[in-house]
Amino acid sequence: MFEHLDATVLARMQFAFTVSFHIIFPAFSIGLASYLAVLEGLYLWTKKPVYLELFDFWKTIFAVAFGMGVVSGIVMAYQFGTNWSVFSDKAGPVIGPLMGYEVLSAFFLEAGFLGVMLFGRKRVGPGLHFFATLMVAFGTLISATWILATNSWMQTPAGFAMNDKGQFIPVDWWQVIFNPSFPYRFVHMVLAAYLTTALVVGGVGAYHLLRRTAPLRAGTMFSMAMGMIAVVAPLQILAGDQHGLNTLEHQPAKVMAMEGHFQSHPDGAPLILFGIPNTQEKRVDYAIEIPKASSLILKHDLNAPLAGLDTIPEDKQPPVEIIFWSFRIMVGLGFAMLALGIWSLYSRWHGTLYQSSWLHRFALAMGPAGFVAVLAGWVTTEVGRQPYTVYGHLLTAESRSAIAAPAVATSLLAFVVVYFLVFGAGTFYILRLMKRLPRDADAHLGDGPIRSAGITPAPHLAAQHGGAHHGA
Amino acid sequence: MALDLPFIWAALIAFAVLAYVVLDGFDLGVGILFPFFREEEERDTMMNSVAPVWDGNETWLVLGGGGLLAVFPLAYATILPALYAPLIAMLLGLIFRGVAFEYRWRTKRAKWVWDWAFAGGSTVAAFAQGIALGALVQGIPVANRAYAGGWWDWLTPFSIATGIALVIGYGLLGSTWLVMRTSGHIAQNARRFAYGAGAATLVAIGIFSLWTPFLKPLYVDRWFTFPTAVFSVIVPLLVVLCFYSLFRGLRIRHDSQPFLSALAIFILAYAGIGISFYPYIVPTSVTIWDAAAPDESLGFLLVGAAILVPIILAYTGYAYWVFRGKMDPEEGYH
Ligand code: HDD
Ligand code: HEM
Ligand code: HEM
Repeated sequence: MFEHLDATVLARMQFAFTVSFHIIFPAFSIGLASYLAVLEGLYLWTKKPVYLELFDFWKTIFAVAFGMGVVSGIVMAYQFGTNWSVFSDKAGPVIGPLMGYEVLSAFFLEAGFLGVMLFGRKRVGPGLHFFATLMVAFGTLISATWILATNSWMQTPAGFAMNDKGQFIPVDWWQVIFNPSFPYRFVHMVLAAYLTTALVVGGVGAYHLLRRTAPLRAGTMFSMAMGMIAVVAPLQILAGDQHGLNTLEHQPAKVMAMEGHFQSHPDGAPLILFGIPNTQEKRVDYAIEIPKASSLILKHDLNAPLAGLDTIPEDKQPPVEIIFWSFRIMVGLGFAMLALGIWSLYSRWHGTLYQSSWLHRFALAMGPAGFVAVLAGWVTTEVGRQPYTVYGHLLTAESRSAIAAPAVATSLLAFVVVYFLVFGAGTFYILRLMKRLPRDADAHLGDGPIRSAGITPAPHLAAQHGGAHHGA
Repeated sequence: MALDLPFIWAALIAFAVLAYVVLDGFDLGVGILFPFFREEEERDTMMNSVAPVWDGNETWLVLGGGGLLAVFPLAYATILPALYAPLIAMLLGLIFRGVAFEYRWRTKRAKWVWDWAFAGGSTVAAFAQGIALGALVQGIPVANRAYAGGWWDWLTPFSIATGIALVIGYGLLGSTWLVMRTSGHIAQNARRFAYGAGAATLVAIGIFSLWTPFLKPLYVDRWFTFPTAVFSVIVPLLVVLCFYSLFRGLRIRHDSQPFLSALAIFILAYAGIGISFYPYIVPTSVTIWDAAAPDESLGFLLVGAAILVPIILAYTGYAYWVFRGKMDPEEGYH
């Protein structure tokens, strides 16, 4: 099975496999940590039990996801050395300190306060417990900052020089951290994490609304999640657009592959919506395209010339098929999320947010969409950087350890088996936890105490059960 | 030349690794002892005694690894490939025992699976770390800024022996931790294990003190020539003293004395290894100055470490303080 694969391909498969598994958990835990902080804050502020119940519900799920994030992350931290030792030796002086800061400023913070957050409410009291939750949430965001600075530096390296040992050495740390693609990538990724979480929370809320077992809590989380999506989905599309412009400036070959532009277009490039890239013939078969739209999006001018892959030497081109498709999956899902957000606004407007079962079905179906979009986005980013690890400076083929192929193949196999087993079980437990939302204790107790607060969806729901109707 | 940054960083990394060994040591040790406690409530209590802190403990391992990449990239790039198989085994072990903390409570039918994952993962991780230590002590050949040995070089009787010894040593840390944090039958049982593990650790330390000098001439030099030979007298004396304190603490049924003595034994043994290695970071091929990243990298991260490490120690200490005292078996999960 592995005979035609060399050690480099195996090492890349191993990295792609392990990091793809890893990113699933941060994408969820970054958003969920913030959501938990919001829930606990709302509870402390309004003293409504529904927020505390939701907090406890999601906290257990968070604990499982976070655990998986931690153990899969430790694998990443060691994989640079085991499989990519030349890269580590050369790029270590620049990216090492960034990841060192991540450990010092983020991982310890998350880990230190996680115990208090999960186990310590009785021991420390509500104020300190809320502080611990905030620190965990803050830690996930700091972590994202440093790791994205690291990754962005590999995409758009800046602020460095080379020494006589062939190492990258830092010259200006400010430029290293705030390298040209970092702000875009950071915004895009954090929004992605929030969207992913909102979609999951919304999906779970929708599921329970459809089952009608716990309308108060299900409705509350559904409403919060839909609000979030309605705000963040359009922002994410804007951010993605800006990110693309930035990529065009610094990694044009990646954009050519995303767009499927094998040929240069001297006066106005078409936007290829769908088609089948044909690398041999250097064209996109069965293309459905909008004339000149690509130039409009990327250059804000219908007739602006756009260079194609024919201007890039063959051995410096990224693999087009993968990027072309992964990019379309991400963007397609982005617009589906936008549609969900708009639909939810429309339902909210008409007061049917908690009744519209088609909306609930759509939200349920979109539950996992964030993960797919995140993975598709990273595949676009990382495969589009090929054939380099440090873009323009260090080739992937020259980055890896001199490890024999059988050793890499064996460890890859071990990771595949263990990950599917362990994270498969974890996913199963999480899904089961999501299914088990106990009945609302006060679902049919009338609306007395709940109606008094006006800003949440609760009055509406309670009204539904109390018999009286009152429009939103 | 103002500051010898590589030297400072060598000390800091050494501290991070030591912190890892003693902290994760006791929670891995609790996992290693798991199979010897059969009652479900006992296992619940044991696991809960480390559940709030294990993640923080393991973060020191990430700091050790990540720090090495940042400040001694050449060491990172040669040690990790040289220890490829044991490190992968360690990572897989850590995955199984890490997820067990949560999974165990999420299922009734398969609880036993995660009990075994916790025990097996902890034992494999400890054994692999011991092998890695042994392989490091044997030395790692480096040529042209890359590991220059074979993929099975780490596998020797010596490294297998260090692997077994570390499992026993972590068992000692784990059992004395349980003596300190639990009561009743668990504590009693743990005390029995602490006697056994203590005796075995004593024997292991004796064996390695005699075996190690024969591996590399460097180590003989370190231990039998002035000025480092001074330590050859002091360190063993202190070790004996700590073992006395360990066994006495167990006999008079003191809560924390056995654990603190076990910690001291680990610190002393670690110092002994440090004395043998210095100034090599990849024994005996690469010194800390050969491996160091440029001063710009070291200085940049040092500023952060100087500010953040004390803060980390403060809130880590706080987290331990919040969960101090004997475990209340009733204080359930979450
Ligand atoms: C955008 C966010 C992001 C990205 C791109 C990555 N990570 Fe991650 N990582 C996190 C966000 C995160 C997190 C949210 O901070 C996690 C998830 C769960 C957790 O415990 O922290 C985490 C955990 C985590 C841990 C365990 C920390 C602990 O012990 O508590 C390590 C060692 C890494 N990661 C290392 C990496 C490496 C080497 C990556 C690059 C390939 C990487 N992560 C990509
Ligand atoms: C967490 C989100 C990430 C995902 C999903 C991701 C995805 C991928 C994928 C799919 C590949 C394989 C590309 C190929 O072989 O064609 C890859 C390679 C790689 N990535 Fe990433 N990546 C992520 C983050 C990072 C970060 C943060 C870094 C650096 C700090 C990084 C460094 C690398 C390296 C060194 C390789 C191997 C060399 C290569 O094949 O390019 N990645 N990644
Ligand atoms: C619909 C509009 C969207 C556009 C135009 C867009 C654009 C882009 C572009 C151009 C990149 C690659 C940048 C580079 O590699 O230099 C990218 C990457 C990425 N996208 Fe999107 N995106 C969109 C939606 C989404 C959605 C909905 C998600 C997830 C919920 C998402 C998650 C990601 C992630 C995780 C990456 C990799 C990290 C990064 O480079 O930021 N994107 N996106």
